[in-house]
Amino acid sequence: MSGALNRALYDALAEDPRVLVFGEDVGRSGGVFRVTDGLQAEYGEARVFDTPISEAGIAGAAVGLCFAGWRPVVEMQFDAFSYPAMEQVVDHVAKMRMRVRGRVDLSITLRIPAFGGIKGKEHHGESPETYYAHTAGLKVVAPSSALDAYRLLRQAIADPDPVIVLEPKARYWSKESGELANDGPGIGDARVLRDGETVTLVAYGAMVTRVLDAAAVLAEEAITARVVDLRSLSPLDDGVLERCARETGRVVVVHEAPRSVGLGAEVAARIMELAFDHLQAPVARVTGWDTPYPPASLEPLYLPSVERICDAARKVVAY
Amino acid sequence: MSDVPEHGAGTEPVRILAPDGSPVGDADVGLSPEELRALLRWMVLARRLDRECIALQRQGELTVYPGFEGQEAAQVGSAFALGQLDFVWPTFRELAAALVRGVDAVQYLQYHRGTWHGGPYDPRATRFGPICIPIATQLPHAAGYALGQRLDGTNAVTIAYFGDGSTSEGDFHEAANLAGVWRLPMVLFCQNNGWAISLPSSEQTAGEIWRRAEGYGFPGVRVDGNDVLAVHRATERALERARRGDGPTLIEAMTYRIGAHSTADDASRYRDDAEVEHARVTDPIMRFRNWLLATGIADDRFVMACDEEAETYALEVRAGVIATPAPPADWMFDWVYAAPPSSFERQRAEALG
Repeated sequence: MSGALNRALYDALAEDPRVLVFGEDVGRSGGVFRVTDGLQAEYGEARVFDTPISEAGIAGAAVGLCFAGWRPVVEMQFDAFSYPAMEQVVDHVAKMRMRVRGRVDLSITLRIPAFGGIKGKEHHGESPETYYAHTAGLKVVAPSSALDAYRLLRQAIADPDPVIVLEPKARYWSKESGELANDGPGIGDARVLRDGETVTLVAYGAMVTRVLDAAAVLAEEAITARVVDLRSLSPLDDGVLERCARETGRVVVVHEAPRSVGLGAEVAARIMELAFDHLQAPVARVTGWDTPYPPASLEPLYLPSVERICDAARKVVAY
Repeated sequence: MSDVPEHGAGTEPVRILAPDGSPVGDADVGLSPEELRALLRWMVLARRLDRECIALQRQGELTVYPGFEGQEAAQVGSAFALGQLDFVWPTFRELAAALVRGVDAVQYLQYHRGTWHGGPYDPRATRFGPICIPIATQLPHAAGYALGQRLDGTNAVTIAYFGDGSTSEGDFHEAANLAGVWRLPMVLFCQNNGWAISLPSSEQTAGEIWRRAEGYGFPGVRVDGNDVLAVHRATERALERARRGDGPTLIEAMTYRIGAHSTADDASRYRDDAEVEHARVTDPIMRFRNWLLATGIADDRFVMACDEEAETYALEVRAGVIATPAPPADWMFDWVYAAPPSSFERQRAEALG
C-alpha cells in the first residue's frame, strides 16, 4: 500500500503542476512510512518539501496556499500528531469555503497514517476518524487495500473539497496485484468485497482484512457473511448500507475506534432509519474499548479480533 | 497616574512625530502632499465609521462589534504602504485597513450584521483575507500565501495583522518560524494596543514582542503605532526588504485600544479611566493633523472637508448596513462543499422543504 500511495502522489504531481506535497520528513527522507520516497528527487524542492515540526503551521499554510491557487497535499506524521492542527482543520480547512462563499476552493488533501495494530508507542495507534467525520465541510476516507489506496488518494487530491485520508498503518506493507486506476468507486461509495446472505459485516481500514478472515470462518458454519468496505467515512454510502441491511437483515459494524460515539453508532442509526422494518436483529458493534489505545502488549485485547467478530455475527444470526 | 500600568515601557519606539505633532525625526517618508492628506482622510473616515458602528450595535443593527479607536494610524499607515498585489490577512479589528484596501464597508459589515461569516467580500479581488476571529490562526495562512506567491514568481508581499494577545498563541510561533526558515516575503504586523480583552500586555508577555524576531532569524522593529508617518516608513522598509528576497520583518506598532474590547465588553471592570485619558493625549489623528497644518500640507478647509465627508460616508454606510437583507436560507448549504455529497443534498432538501 505504501508503494501505491507513493505512486498516487507521483502521478498527481505529474498531472497537475499546482499540486504541492509537504510535511515533516516527506522530502529528503521520503517519509517515515516511505510514502513520499523519491518524490523530491523527481519533482524538486519547490513542489515537495520538508517542514519544521509544525502541524498547525502545515495545515494553516495549506489554507493560504489554496488562496494562492495551489493544491496542497500534506502529511501529518501520525494520527495523534494531527491534533495540534485541529484548530486549523476545524476552524479553517473545513469552514473556509463557506466563509468566503465559495470564492476559494479548499482543495487540501490531509494524509494521516492512522489506526493501530503495529505495536506502536502511545499516541501512534489512534483512530481519529470521528473528530473529522463530525466536522461539516470535510470528507474522510480510509482505504483498506493497495489498489484502493491509490484510487482514493488520487480522488482525494482531485476533489475540490478538503479530504482527510486515513492510511491504515497496519496495511502499509500489504500487497495487491492489479491495474492502478483512479476511476471506479468514488468518494462516497462503499464496496461489497464478499457476497453473503445471512449477515452483513461493515468495516474500513485495517479491519476490513480481519472481517474478511471472519467471513471465511463463518462460512464453515454455514453463515454466509457479506463484507462491506466503507472506504468513505464521510460521506457514508447510505445506498449500500440500506441495500445490504434490507437483503441480509443483520448487520455487524467493526472498527478500531472506541465504541461510544464511534462511526459504528452512525452506521447503526442510518440502518435503523433506512431499513428498520427489514432488520432481524439489532445492529451489533465490535470495536475498540472506551479506553485510550493500550500499550503494544495489550493491543490484541483492544483490537476487534476475528473471534469477537464471529461471536457478534453468531449472536445476531441467532437473535 | 503612578498606579497606571505603563504600556510600552522599555525600548523607545521609532517615532517621527511627537504626540503634539512636532517632528522629532526625518518627516520625509517619500509621500506626496496629496498622499499625506489621504492618510489623514482615511483615518478620519475610519474613526467616524467606527463610532457609527458602535451606535449601530447599540441600536440593534449590528451584532457584537469590536471598535478600533486609537489604532487608526497603525492600520492606515501600514495598509497605505501596500502595493496593489500585496495581500492582507487581518484579525477582526482591521476595518480601517480594509477601507484603505478598497473593501466595501457595507459588505465588510455583513460580518458584524450577522448576515455572513468572515468572508462576505471577495478576498481575492480585494486582496484582503477573511476576517479572522480565532486568535493568530490567520498567521499560518499568511505564511502559506506568501509561499504560494513566491512559488508563482511574483514579488508581491503578504502582510499579517495580529495583536499583542496573539503572540501567546502557538500559531504565532509556528507562522513566524515558517516565515524565518523559508525567508518568506511577509510582514508580521503586531498592533500592541495594550490589552487583550482584560489582560494587559504586561501580563501577556514578559518580553518585548519586536525582540522575538531575532529568535526567528529576521529583524524586528518597535514603532510608535500612533505616528502614521513612522508606521508607514517601517512598513515600507519591511515591504522593500521582502520584495528584495531578504525575508520577513516583525513590526510591533505601539498603540492603544481606546474603547472596550468589543461592544459586549465593559472595560471599566478591569482598567482605570485615567489610563484611557492618558492615552488620548497620544491620539494619532490629532497628532498628524497638527503636523499637516503646521507644515501647510493641509489647511483648515481640508480638515473640515474630511470631517464633512466622514459624516456623509458614515450615514451612507449606515443606510447600506440597515438595507442589508437577511441571507437566503440556501446560503447555509450552498458553499459547504464544492462537490456536495448526496446525503448532504438530502439534508438541504429536508431543511428547506
